[in-house]
Parts: sequence; structure tokens; C-alpha cells
Amino acid sequence: MKFGVVTFPGSNCDYDAYAAVKHVLGEDVEFLWHKSSDLLGVDVVILPGGFSYGDYLRAGAIARFSPIMQEVIRFADSGGLVSGICNGFQVLTEAGLLPGALIRNAHLRFSGKFVYLRVEDAGTAFTRACRENEVLKIPIAHGEGNYYHFDDDIRKLEDSGQVVFRYVDLDGQATPQANPNGSRNNIAGIRNAQGNVLGMMPHPERAVEEILGSVDGLKVFESLRSACRAAQVVGAR
Amino acid sequence: MTQNNKKAVVYVRLKDGVLDPQGVTIQKALAQMGYNDFLSVRSGRFFELEIAAGAEAIDRKVEEVCAKLLANPVIERFEIERVS
Repeated sequence: MKFGVVTFPGSNCDYDAYAAVKHVLGEDVEFLWHKSSDLLGVDVVILPGGFSYGDYLRAGAIARFSPIMQEVIRFADSGGLVSGICNGFQVLTEAGLLPGALIRNAHLRFSGKFVYLRVEDAGTAFTRACRENEVLKIPIAHGEGNYYHFDDDIRKLEDSGQVVFRYVDLDGQATPQANPNGSRNNIAGIRNAQGNVLGMMPHPERAVEEILGSVDGLKVFESLRSACRAAQVVGAR
Repeated sequence: MTQNNKKAVVYVRLKDGVLDPQGVTIQKALAQMGYNDFLSVRSGRFFELEIAAGAEAIDRKVEEVCAKLLANPVIERFEIERVS
């Protein structure tokens, strides 16, 4: 199996994601250039963090129209696994692959620190290596990570179990104090209705080795590998 | 800007109810400056588009670029003030 990491002009976590997959997870990985229209046969696409196209206009707004994104949208529509991290999450909402929007942090400051996330559903392709309600320590680094959607849409997301990660305190409680950016319902990560597209603001690729302060992020990559293998077994039948 | 080129003027603003952290902060700053009459501030964006004189179906194209790129229809609405 093979991972692909998209590089937009202004991506700055593409090498981190690449290294997490190649050197820590130990799987094949390719960079996918924003001007390319070829996904190189990858099984998983990662949209990394950074400031694609300078985040001009709105975060992710311009990246969404790049040639590679047209292929990523097709890939996602046909059931391919896509995982957007931070800026990648913003690109996915702009592309309409995920509902809602990421707006300025409520306090207007850029926020870079470790946070705690509760796994709301350990059955997804992105969390199957986690335990139900497991609390993960993973860092955030963003200025526009405030997940917003209207009341009815938030209710729909909650009712359909599409909230994958929630900001919590060390005890796993989704308190206002544990919410680093004002996101509605402490939402840190969501999936699409089909379950093959994830967006999350925290950076799992920055928490894959002890020296980085946490290894909890590795579980997201292990989950993707496990989901891919399971899909390949099904496909081989 | 050559004489025959056209111009479109577009305003993009957040839909009602969408939190505007910038607007809130500006309002607080105003209050701190002693301007207590300004109860709320909503911020937005303003665009001027210069359009080639010979372009066709301009109204439709302006509408299109607003919906596709200039605004995020999930949380924003746009007004095309004029195309002249």
C-alpha cells in the first residue's frame, strides 16, 4: 500500500507527514505536487498543514481549485481515503468534501500547543487503532481552526456520528476551557457521511515519536493502514 | 484601466448568526476608546474586478466567481453592487 502527501505552495507540514508515514509507520509514501493531475496510484491521500497559496482570501480557498485537488475530489467521490490535517481540513471544507467552515479562532490569536482529543468513534477508518473514548495528546497550530456550522447542521453531524474528535481536558471532559479556538461543540475533527474523508485541526504527524512529546498521533496513521489493508482484502475477494 | 474596460464591485459578508471574532474585537476596541454607541461591528470584504471590454456574459461570470471563489457560500453571502 502507498500513501500520498499533497504539496501546495505554502504547505509546511508535508515533510512531517511524509516522515511519519515513511520512517515511523514504515509504509511507502509519495509527494503529490499541486500542479499534477496524477495521484500515482496511492491508497490514501493526506492533505497536510501549512498555508496553501498563502491562505489568501480564506484558508484553503485557492488550493481547492488546484489541479491535484480535482483528482483528490474524484478519488474521494469514488470512496478513496482522504485525510486533511489543519490546512488540509480547511481545504476539504472549501472543496465541499466536508460540511461547515473553519473561521478565525474566537480569541483571534494563533494557537500552538498540545491539546487533548477524545476519540468519539473508534470504528472509523481514521481511528480504528484507538479505543472508544480514548484521550489522545496531539498538538494544534492554527489561527483559523474554529469549526463553525449552523445549529441544524451541527445537530445533523452529531446525530449521524460524524464528529470523530473533540477537544477535551485530561479527564476526557469537553469543557469550554478545553476548547482552544471556540469550535462549536468542541469539535476538533469530523468525517463525511460516507466515512472515507476526515478533517482534523490537530497535527497527528507531529506526535509520532517520544522525542516529539507524544506518540498518540501515530494511531491515526496506523488506523489508515489498517483500513486500507481491510479494503484490499475485501477488494481481492 | 483602459477606457472601455468594465468594473464589477462586490461585497462579501458573513451570514447572520455566524460568529465574527474580528468584528467582536473591533467593537470592544471602540468601546475601550470611549465610543460606547457602537453596539456591534460586522466585518466583511470588498472586491473590485476589472473586466475586459469585449467580455461576454459578464453578469453571469461575476455571479459565478462570487459563488465559486470570492465567497464561501457555507457561511458568507455576497452582493454584486454594480457592473459598469
